[in-house]
Amino acid sequence: MTEQGAVPEFDGTEPSSDEPTDHDAVREGAEPQTQDESGRADPEAPADAAADDTSIRTGADAVVAALETAGVETVFGVQGGAIMPVYDALYDAEAVEHVTMAHEQGAAHAADAYGAVTGDPGVCMATSGPGATNLVTGIADADMDSEPVVALTGQVPSDLVGNDAFQETDTVGVTTPITKSNTFASSADEVGEDVSTAFALAASGRQGPTLVDLPKDVTTDETAVEATDPSVPGTVSVPERADEGAVEAAANAIADADRPVILAGGGVVKGDASDELRAFARDHQIPVSTTMPGIGAFPEDHDLALEMAGMHGTGYANMAVTTTDCLLAVGTRFDDRLTGGVDSFAPDATVVHVDIDPAEISKNVEADHPLIGNASTVLDQLAAAMDESPDTTDWVAQCADWQAEYPMDYAVPAADTDDGAPDASSFPDDQPVKPQFVVEAVDAATDDDTIVTTGVGQHQMWACQYWTYTEPRTWVSSHGLGAMGYGLPSAIGARLAADDDQSVVCFYGDGSFLMTCQELVVAARENLDITVFVLNNEAIGMVRQWQDAFFDGRRMASEYPWVPKFDTLAEAFGADGFRIESYDDAPDVIEAALATDGPAVVDVYVDPEEDVYPMVPSGGDNGQFALSEDHL
Amino acid sequence: MSERSDSRKGLPGPAPEARQRPVGRRTAQGVRVDPEAEAEHPPRRTVISALVEHEPGVLARVSGLFSRRQFNIESLTVADTQNDDWARITVVVEESDPGIDQVEKQLEKVVPVIHVRELEQDAVARELVVLKVDADRPEEIHAITEMYRGKTLDAGPRTVTVELTGDERKIDDAVDAFRQFGIREIARTGQTALARGETKTAVVPDHLK
Repeated sequence: MTEQGAVPEFDGTEPSSDEPTDHDAVREGAEPQTQDESGRADPEAPADAAADDTSIRTGADAVVAALETAGVETVFGVQGGAIMPVYDALYDAEAVEHVTMAHEQGAAHAADAYGAVTGDPGVCMATSGPGATNLVTGIADADMDSEPVVALTGQVPSDLVGNDAFQETDTVGVTTPITKSNTFASSADEVGEDVSTAFALAASGRQGPTLVDLPKDVTTDETAVEATDPSVPGTVSVPERADEGAVEAAANAIADADRPVILAGGGVVKGDASDELRAFARDHQIPVSTTMPGIGAFPEDHDLALEMAGMHGTGYANMAVTTTDCLLAVGTRFDDRLTGGVDSFAPDATVVHVDIDPAEISKNVEADHPLIGNASTVLDQLAAAMDESPDTTDWVAQCADWQAEYPMDYAVPAADTDDGAPDASSFPDDQPVKPQFVVEAVDAATDDDTIVTTGVGQHQMWACQYWTYTEPRTWVSSHGLGAMGYGLPSAIGARLAADDDQSVVCFYGDGSFLMTCQELVVAARENLDITVFVLNNEAIGMVRQWQDAFFDGRRMASEYPWVPKFDTLAEAFGADGFRIESYDDAPDVIEAALATDGPAVVDVYVDPEEDVYPMVPSGGDNGQFALSEDHL
Repeated sequence: MSERSDSRKGLPGPAPEARQRPVGRRTAQGVRVDPEAEAEHPPRRTVISALVEHEPGVLARVSGLFSRRQFNIESLTVADTQNDDWARITVVVEESDPGIDQVEKQLEKVVPVIHVRELEQDAVARELVVLKVDADRPEEIHAITEMYRGKTLDAGPRTVTVELTGDERKIDDAVDAFRQFGIREIARTGQTALARGETKTAVVPDHLK
């Protein structure tokens, strides 16, 4: 508009000024709709009415309205210049709780864990430039593990983009390879839909992280566009049911098998298909192994449970997966840590591969029977197509023999106490505490629905191996990316996602803890009831183990000549600190730490020479797993 | 209760050489090898056509995908279609059969991609090349240009620039023929292609039309 007189709505009124400021012009431009409806001509009155009404005022309001419409209750983030308008819009959003994290990486991991526990997208927010780049590790983690996450990043105003402005990073460019989808928001009118679409994409099909980059002008411009329910773009189709003919053929292959094994991946957990998977395994008496993200899909205390397969999987799982003649793999991408060298992976097996992502079919391991669809739907289809069960009596007995042959006895057979806890008094008190013992003892002291989060390394593997998982969404870890600092921020995300009566425990290494320990301030400030067990071996233990095995014991940069006293450090942050130095300390300290109402950190001095076994060296043959360094 | 011997590191159980072994194996592509017939997956050259929504960044997404997944591409072209909202990307890849399958499936996952397919061998494919040679032997250059049904775009005292269009093989042959004149520079568009006859190059779902 070039002059006031050109706007019919203002006919017969007194403009507040002959030359309105840019701001006024923008505001007035957004108002005529309301004025038309009300029939009133006073430019001030409808503006106030609109503000109190549901009408959206700015792009930032549209972003927050999109979050509310998507049902978001919790957002993890860190403030900063370019994202300030969105934070300002959150000021009045009563339904959305914002958790201020210490570092953006923590925000992304917390959102990731929130998504992993609830199944709905976790939301993280950061400003442009360093805020966005700090999110990158967490977004990459979510991408590798198919966790639903929506990242909202501030961006410099559109007219400065490309000028190397202050705190400018090409966030869309940086995150393209590590997101399922990302968008540079181009206008205040469209930004709400951009966010809604990002939600739908993160949550649908194979889940994953999405990002919307929000230039400051887009979030400050005015708009009257209402929020819409999230929906995926028309170019995206989400498979649900597998082809019936393929299901029939796969069912026949399973029924004909002599040595069938189910391999349950993270897709079983993400697809809420645990019940269907358990029923299928029980009905047809098929042993079940899991991948690492698949932990919890099948109860590990069940007779058919072989537990985790792969690099540090159990001996029995790897024997079964190596010698099976029919592998029913559900929701797994056949990661190299699972398969070892593919030339020796389940080489006698007809592979039935159920996956929601067609691109995972025959990517790493050829599928003889590809079944593309949602895990729970396809398992129901398969169950219906099974005319008879395979005869697995001998095979199940063979798997039981392997369980007896390859026990996970890290020390001499420990006498369990009545409640199943390892008996601390049966361990030599002059020896350092075995980290595996700590995992078992904490497992025994907590409920079955307790959520376990971890960092990455030896402690993570012990948490896999020595905790008995029985429920899906109770194991939260950095599987594919292997991001060491994941455990504490993910415990924060998991805590906010979990039921109030559910416990959250984090097993951490001293190396992992040092990467994100600043998030303790968040746990203390929000009084989040989480218990962190630092299995402290004063080293990046997994690297130290590899150096001993593959680099002639040349321990370069893997041992820490000095680590903080983690109990004291925790207290400085406002959390409760505990320490376990010997087996004698363990029972009481574990009990006291778990009983703490709020964050607690237990610094556990574990045996620094303990290694993780079984172990399949990288690219090796799963069936030739090493039980000790001599086998490598 | 006996005490753990501290010298022992690791877990109990039969050693690797004492274990039951499978009989088969797989190739590096994860394909089970039939001991009777050794399966080979030699790379082959083929044209993949993708119809995409015409939006900023879509080319960067697609080309980024190729480099990240180490797909071996020979050429990639992109331009508008009859519909302003759509663009067509034509990629020549050299991959094994499982690799070609992956290219298609990974492309299909890119959100703005509407449809992807590998074109048949009989697809109509053309490439354009602009080629600049030394002008020392203008008559001969003209003859070779005529022979390949090319066009002279520019002829100066020192250089001649010609345009040639054809399928990949014809272009390769023509470039070889021009070598004798001393090629100064070449610009090739890469192949662009459509499926032959009634066959649709891309199938657009009704809700996007």
